[in-house]
Amino acid sequence: MPVMGERTATEPTLFDRSRPGRRASTLPALDVPDVDPVQALDGVELAEAPPALPELGELDLVRHFTRLSHRNHGIDVGFYPLGSCSMKYNPRMSEAAAALPGFRNLHPWAPDEAAQGTLALLYDLQQWLAELTGMTTATFQPAAGAHGELAGLMLFRAYHEDRGDARRTIIIPDSAHGTNPASAAMCGYDVVTVPSGDDGLVDVEALEALVDESTAGLMLTNPNTVGLFELDIERIAAALHRVGALLYYDGANFNAICGRVRPGDMGFDVVHLNVHKTFATPHGGGGPGAGPVLVSDRLAPYLPAPVVVRRDDGSYAWDHDRPKSIGRLHGFHGNIGILIRAYAFLLFHGGDGLQQMSGKAVLNANYVASQVTDVLPLGYPQHQPMHEFVSTGRAIKVHGVRVTDLCKRLIDLGFHPPTNYFPLIVDEALMVEPTETESRETLDEFSAALRQAVAEAAEDPDRLRDAPVTTPVRRLDEGRAGRELVVRWSSDQA
Amino acid sequence: MDFAPHTDDDLQAMLAAVGRSSLDDLFTHIPQGLRPPGEPNLPRGRSEDETLSALARHAAANHTDAVCFAGGGAYDHYVPAAIAALVGRGELLTSYTPYQPEVSQGMLQALFEYQTVISELTGLPVSNASLYDGGSAVAEAVSMACAATRRNAVVMSSALDAPTRQVVRTYGHPLDRGTSEVDYGADGRTPVPPLSDDVAAVVIAQPNALGVVEDVRAHAEAAHAAGAQLIVKLEPIAVGLLATPGSQGADLVVGEGQPLGQGLAYGGPTFGFLACRTDQIRRIPGRIVGRTVDRAGRTGYVMTLRAREQDIRREKATSNICTNQTLCAVAALIHLSWLGPQGLRDLARACLARAQHAARRLTEIDGVELAVSGPFYKEFPLRLAVRDPQAAVTALHAAGYLVGPVVDTGPAQGAVMVALTERRTADEVEGLADALARIVKEDS
Repeated sequence: MPVMGERTATEPTLFDRSRPGRRASTLPALDVPDVDPVQALDGVELAEAPPALPELGELDLVRHFTRLSHRNHGIDVGFYPLGSCSMKYNPRMSEAAAALPGFRNLHPWAPDEAAQGTLALLYDLQQWLAELTGMTTATFQPAAGAHGELAGLMLFRAYHEDRGDARRTIIIPDSAHGTNPASAAMCGYDVVTVPSGDDGLVDVEALEALVDESTAGLMLTNPNTVGLFELDIERIAAALHRVGALLYYDGANFNAICGRVRPGDMGFDVVHLNVHKTFATPHGGGGPGAGPVLVSDRLAPYLPAPVVVRRDDGSYAWDHDRPKSIGRLHGFHGNIGILIRAYAFLLFHGGDGLQQMSGKAVLNANYVASQVTDVLPLGYPQHQPMHEFVSTGRAIKVHGVRVTDLCKRLIDLGFHPPTNYFPLIVDEALMVEPTETESRETLDEFSAALRQAVAEAAEDPDRLRDAPVTTPVRRLDEGRAGRELVVRWSSDQA
Repeated sequence: MDFAPHTDDDLQAMLAAVGRSSLDDLFTHIPQGLRPPGEPNLPRGRSEDETLSALARHAAANHTDAVCFAGGGAYDHYVPAAIAALVGRGELLTSYTPYQPEVSQGMLQALFEYQTVISELTGLPVSNASLYDGGSAVAEAVSMACAATRRNAVVMSSALDAPTRQVVRTYGHPLDRGTSEVDYGADGRTPVPPLSDDVAAVVIAQPNALGVVEDVRAHAEAAHAAGAQLIVKLEPIAVGLLATPGSQGADLVVGEGQPLGQGLAYGGPTFGFLACRTDQIRRIPGRIVGRTVDRAGRTGYVMTLRAREQDIRREKATSNICTNQTLCAVAALIHLSWLGPQGLRDLARACLARAQHAARRLTEIDGVELAVSGPFYKEFPLRLAVRDPQAAVTALHAAGYLVGPVVDTGPAQGAVMVALTERRTADEVEGLADALARIVKEDS
């Protein structure tokens, strides 16, 4: 928040601030003959005027983005318990690592001999991620988890096609992230939904009834999206493998088990990891992330090309000779700068530190649950939550308020709300993931705020309905945004 | 090592509160056979100092001191210092997707502004809030065109960069998408291809992978006459000089954002941009930010048209994309605002002047000639009289000059791409010319 003046004042757009002729940029003086574009680009349709970009001095530019930052919540500002997002501290060490000139200044098409540092790092990272997941080989091209899902399902398809085995369906739990069915559709598969049982775990008998020779595979998050470990995972894997189908591990919740339980040991064939979750790379308001995909040996031939290898002479290289590869998924090599941050995170933690990490993540979630579930009961109380828990706010509906209102009130109490209305199988869901980097005091304060908001739902429901009132804007008219689409600035809006 | 702040007292009190005796005790409900004893076989944890020293050794093992004349979608443009300072602000850097708009107005407004500058660069009214990269942006645009036309084939220019052509094929394969290529001509331009009635989209690049400026208008007219859409992969600095593809009739304009404030960074993270006409807005992949008002009538911003996205529509979503490249998009917004319209024009003119000079100077060398005859602005292919162009590229690198990539197909196959940004000086061109002359002479 600004330290002076009207805190809720609107920040004008860059375009509102623009003044003709003002500019921040400087260019090196031309030490070659200038050329006339009309002559040099003879026959080419040139622009009459350059694009109408905003015109500002550099200080105005810096102030604009600084002021925008004041109007934005981040982990650095406060607690951010978004379930399924692992919003933990983003180490500045990792930022410093990625900013090293040797990494920053490397051209993507530099010869492998010039990229030995990055290639060695990626090779080590592949070995470590393989060790943590129980897999053998990686692709680093996927730029995010959903991109990894697409890659993984393409690997399923390539594997089955290579065996002359056309398969049509992917089975996905009803609690799954929306990316799972969307990825399956992009890969040309029909989606079959398997229900969750009364205890929040996959209904194994229902699953076994769904699995047949048309099943290409199953996508599963474990712990699942209600924060529970799928205790029957070995039986699930056996059911799929019995008919020649494969298992995909969605790594969204890997923070719960990293260093302790391995997807490969559970029977998964393909794993993606969300580097921006488990390995704490900053989410940047929505990205960039990275979604490396790890596979077992039998799926390795199909990985996107190229893959990083160590040659017999100890040097590292991109191996393009992958005749069974599904092809490329990225125009360069993937979000390498994010993977460098992950490498720093893993090197710092080591195997011992990762076990501490997952252990404390699970402890923090269970601790908050122990403080609030008498007023916000667990959606599925039969099993111990892992790194996150899902409560239901169903009880406050009698006061004419909903979990949305509870969440907006939390904002006024100084806390970013948890994920809400997901997963879809819990009524009025509230999904809390504190992560391991939060202190006991923060968790206590958050728990108290949640309890206060629940109490106010009965005592003063208007306070919830009106919330938030302490933010730069109050609740926004999302319906109007969709009806009267304004998705860019124009001068007649001013 | 870890970043958890728990004291021993905290651990004891918290474990007691949850009725457990140790951290390990929180995992005992998991089948024992799935809990390997001991810790994973990774190096032992180490201090921040030791960690960064190890990273510094890796970084130093890269060789980045060669003068960069390489292109192929990534260019050595200057990145203004303000970008790192601003996108490094923790409130932006460490925020998540703006699901709670009241506490995310900074990022939402920045994305609204980003959509506006992308709209200006492309000449189309609607931009999304970024995609992974240029390659996947082309693939997503192809999907949009297929949905719009209810057709399932795509014709790509072979003067589209090779990685992007591969990405389009990879995305298309599971959907049985017919994918074919039309060869560019001796001038480096893509001829208007004959189109059958199953073609959803034609894809060209502007300028293309040979650096040559395409006739977008002719391609748009031909595509539309066949009921297909034209997708243009745009190198964004070029519109400092060239007409925007949208103004020339392109239906979908996408591109690789690397030239816009991203740095080289081994090609990632950068971002992809995508713009379309208003009538295609409901088919667009990923997030879009819209302007609205709050309860007090104040202007604010939200993610809008959410019913296209995977978390709402699941298998019927327009794409599976969730996490995108938001912070990279904000960096691009800062870069474009720093440049301004005149700065963008000056930048493009500087590239043009330096590229024209370099092409003239380098083709004075015996055994070096332009591999295509068409107009170019910052990048061009050189035909070298050598047995193995890749070996020549390696030799040039050893001499301190990075060029490339080597053209993979068509009349200019085997030619070596040379790119000039505003940073490449006349002296550096002389150095490259000397090295090139020596290498070509030694080879012949």
